[in-house]
Amino acid sequence: MTRRTFVKAGACALVGLGTIPRFLVRAADAAPSRGRVLVAIFQRGAVDGLAMVPPHGDPAYDAGRPSIAMQRPARGVAEGTIDLDGFFGLHPALAPLVPLWQARQLAIVHACGSPDATRSHFDAQDYMESGTPGVKSTPDGWLARAAAARPPRTSPLRAVAIGARVPRALRGSAGAVAMSSIDRFDVRVTGDGGARRGFESLYADGVRDVLHGTGRETFEAVKLLKRAGAGQLTPANGAVYPRGRFGDAMRQIAQLVRADVGLEIAFADMEGWDTHVGQGAERGQLALRLAAFGGALAAFARDLGDRMTDVVVLTMSEFGRTVAENGNRGTDHGHATAMLVFGGGVRGGRVYGRWPGLAPEQLFEGRDLAVTTDFRALFGDVATRHLALAANAPLFPGWRATATPGVMD
Amino acid sequence: MSRPRKTPAALIAAAVSLSLLVGVLAGCSAGAPSRVGDGGGHRDPFPQTEASTPAKGVGTAPAVMGASASWSNDPRPRPPGSARLTTLPAQDDAAIVHLLARATFGPRAGDIDRVRAEGAAAWLERQLDPRRIDDTAAEATLAGMKTLAMPTDALLREFPRPDPTTRQKIQSGEMTRAELMAMYPREKRPGRIIGELQAAKIARAVLSERQLEEVMVDFWFNHFNVYALKGDGRWYVTAYERDAIRPHALGRFRDLVRATARHPAMLVYLDNWLSSRADFTVPIGPNRGRRAGLNENYARELLELHTLGVDGGYTQQDVREVARAFTGWTIDRPRVNGTFVYRAMMHDRGAKTVLGHRIAAGGGESDGERVIDLVTRHPSTSRFIATKLARRFVADEPPGPLVERVAAAFRATGGDVRAMLRAIFSAPEFWAPEARRAKIKKPFEFVASATRALGGRLDGAGAYALARAVADIGEPLYEAQPPTGHPDRADAWVSTGALLARMNFALALAQHRFRGVRVTGGATAADGARQRPDEVLDRVLASVLHGAATPETRAVLTAQLGDRERADVETLTALVLGSPEFQRR
Repeated sequence: MTRRTFVKAGACALVGLGTIPRFLVRAADAAPSRGRVLVAIFQRGAVDGLAMVPPHGDPAYDAGRPSIAMQRPARGVAEGTIDLDGFFGLHPALAPLVPLWQARQLAIVHACGSPDATRSHFDAQDYMESGTPGVKSTPDGWLARAAAARPPRTSPLRAVAIGARVPRALRGSAGAVAMSSIDRFDVRVTGDGGARRGFESLYADGVRDVLHGTGRETFEAVKLLKRAGAGQLTPANGAVYPRGRFGDAMRQIAQLVRADVGLEIAFADMEGWDTHVGQGAERGQLALRLAAFGGALAAFARDLGDRMTDVVVLTMSEFGRTVAENGNRGTDHGHATAMLVFGGGVRGGRVYGRWPGLAPEQLFEGRDLAVTTDFRALFGDVATRHLALAANAPLFPGWRATATPGVMD
Repeated sequence: MSRPRKTPAALIAAAVSLSLLVGVLAGCSAGAPSRVGDGGGHRDPFPQTEASTPAKGVGTAPAVMGASASWSNDPRPRPPGSARLTTLPAQDDAAIVHLLARATFGPRAGDIDRVRAEGAAAWLERQLDPRRIDDTAAEATLAGMKTLAMPTDALLREFPRPDPTTRQKIQSGEMTRAELMAMYPREKRPGRIIGELQAAKIARAVLSERQLEEVMVDFWFNHFNVYALKGDGRWYVTAYERDAIRPHALGRFRDLVRATARHPAMLVYLDNWLSSRADFTVPIGPNRGRRAGLNENYARELLELHTLGVDGGYTQQDVREVARAFTGWTIDRPRVNGTFVYRAMMHDRGAKTVLGHRIAAGGGESDGERVIDLVTRHPSTSRFIATKLARRFVADEPPGPLVERVAAAFRATGGDVRAMLRAIFSAPEFWAPEARRAKIKKPFEFVASATRALGGRLDGAGAYALARAVADIGEPLYEAQPPTGHPDRADAWVSTGALLARMNFALALAQHRFRGVRVTGGATAADGARQRPDEVLDRVLASVLHGAATPETRAVLTAQLGDRERADVETLTALVLGSPEFQRR
């Protein structure tokens, strides 16, 4: 992402401030005529929650961050931290999300994370996606279990991940589809299409193994996608997605929602959060990533317009980063981070969770933000309420929520 | 090579090797002169004269100066696991296909006959000693890729990054990328470095006779993954694979850890080049006066991904102590020289305790060496490496007893890769029926094996095209961002989108749509015109699947023939390459 596109995305968001989309004006009796969709976004590499949602009201916030702490919000400072509630703020690169916050559609859960102490990206992502911290043998992902807890499968595009691979969170019996791009999701044949029929037959007979199952789902999905014409939909309501992989992913998820292909769960991820060196503050490396992130989320909400009443977006990251910066103006692997939830039915405009504090004696293992909200409590709350799952749906085996953050209506 | 235990078989093998070597030397006089002895940091990617001097530790770039004397000069008795294999239970062609499917990037026409004639064990032993294998076909395709042999400083000089003023203009939007591209001639762009590296990788996988070496270079690159597009990495990755990975791909594990730990590509990728003692203040340069400090990134991945494994028994405190030990391991003039340097002023001189072992204060550069000794000797490391090797060659979930035997070979030989591979290839678990076709090919393996099955020949443009195809199916070479590298398990690669991409590749390859790639396959269009359709089908199935077609697949393909008088050879070939059977190895 170049600085120019960042500025452009930001400008669009500011224009958006004047005209709040209609869906943001809550219609209490809006019956969900069309299917509900949960969109899960994984920030891979561990986003610094203390930079994304800086707790500027905590006196210890900037003590260990001489070069990367954000300026506290102040009058007349245009590019500083955006104050949310007097204690927490939003990184200025996330300005495009402010209208959602003001319309009480965007909720934030801070000090959220896993009870497992691992600082391995790989393990922590695995635990967050399987939904079983500390247990590696779990065969399927929590989103696949959420899909399985819904009424029987109706659409081959019920669970879609944008990317070359099905993520751990969607592995299992959900029959999730992975696609790098809607446009290229087909057998590109020349001539009479005999090759397409041939491939379809090769993978058609029974679910003998993983390849046959995948192959059959593939061709069902190809046909549906073609019928619905999802790839032809252009962004609505003047939405402009930032250039890049994540903007493309969100644009295509919006196309699937708008084309009514029966999507229930969508997944996209974004890399580049592992800021060990030169993280930056209001500007810099992390700011550019956040601009692409926030810009794509805001464009998605704008693109969907009224349809956002049926959609909830949930962001997550495997852990947070050290409270103090390291020797290279970056941050090392930490513990808790912040997660965002927005869309229909979200009680937004609030930062949820108990704040554990940043004073040395309040830190996890003496160095990291402590976890006060188990990620499963948040994910379970969002998925169960938004997708109308049974309260005892086995999203997280071996675990029972004692309290929910209450972000959903 | 001196061999202490001269069994008759070993003597025969030695005689065979010697005669091969004579052939190589004879061919060498007509080819390019070898530069193995060149001390200037150059390294020929295909050194051919390796008669008495082992490749390792001699004439390699400064980045691997810590490498120890090679085992082949060691006069002590050979530990178990390092003895040459004399027999392998490859009784029938199906078994030979299995061996080729795992130890190479897939059988070509004639490979099965060649292995049968030579004997599976002798063939494998030759693969374990790649310097003795003539490789002129691959070299001819790589000849035009001049960056492959260039040292890092020459790459930095000849493929410069845009100057700061131009970069500023790009950042501010004053200049577009198109304008930038117009300023720089194509042959001077840094993008060429990674482009050639990617093209060379697929070209070698398709064409090289040193197949097991290529398999192991891919394996170790992913094990010690670096992301080519981070920081100045793109100028370093060519040398990283050439000097740190390839010379040790069939060597000693500790040499791999040492060479990667010191290499600028790894130092940049996992940030160790910036890590310093906590109270260090930068004395000179643009960051003068800045306080620096510890960075844990390399230390953590060294323990978690390179050696002990995540459950190998280390703590957060160990991570910090390891990071302290490696402070000062950095890069000399990153944009001019790009070589390893130890800077004492950045080093934390205090004592460290790593995995329960005390490293006394004042060790300087040797602290890192001590850590490497400790972690490579740790029992968890032998099990972790054995598991990954068994996963590559046997099954995603490799049998426990096999892993234990491979780990024992690691411990008995001090991490000799050849000994571990011999333990795998001679294991009953490797030859067991349930291991056959148990692995799903990675996209790289799929593209290489399909091209090989069709007798593919490539020029440089063809190699570029195939490298792009590998990326399209989901495995962009040298561009895996996470330190885990590209995964080696089916669940990562079996997905709808990727399956479509494989089918599209099969169609494009069989229909000759890749410029610079010439394929023939088991049947040609002329065969299609001459022979009965079912005969053509048999030929395609035999050449690509080697008898592994299921009745269902054969039925679908027969139906595809319909009642036409002539078989559509291209479509048939594409269907077989895209079939479920061909996605496995």
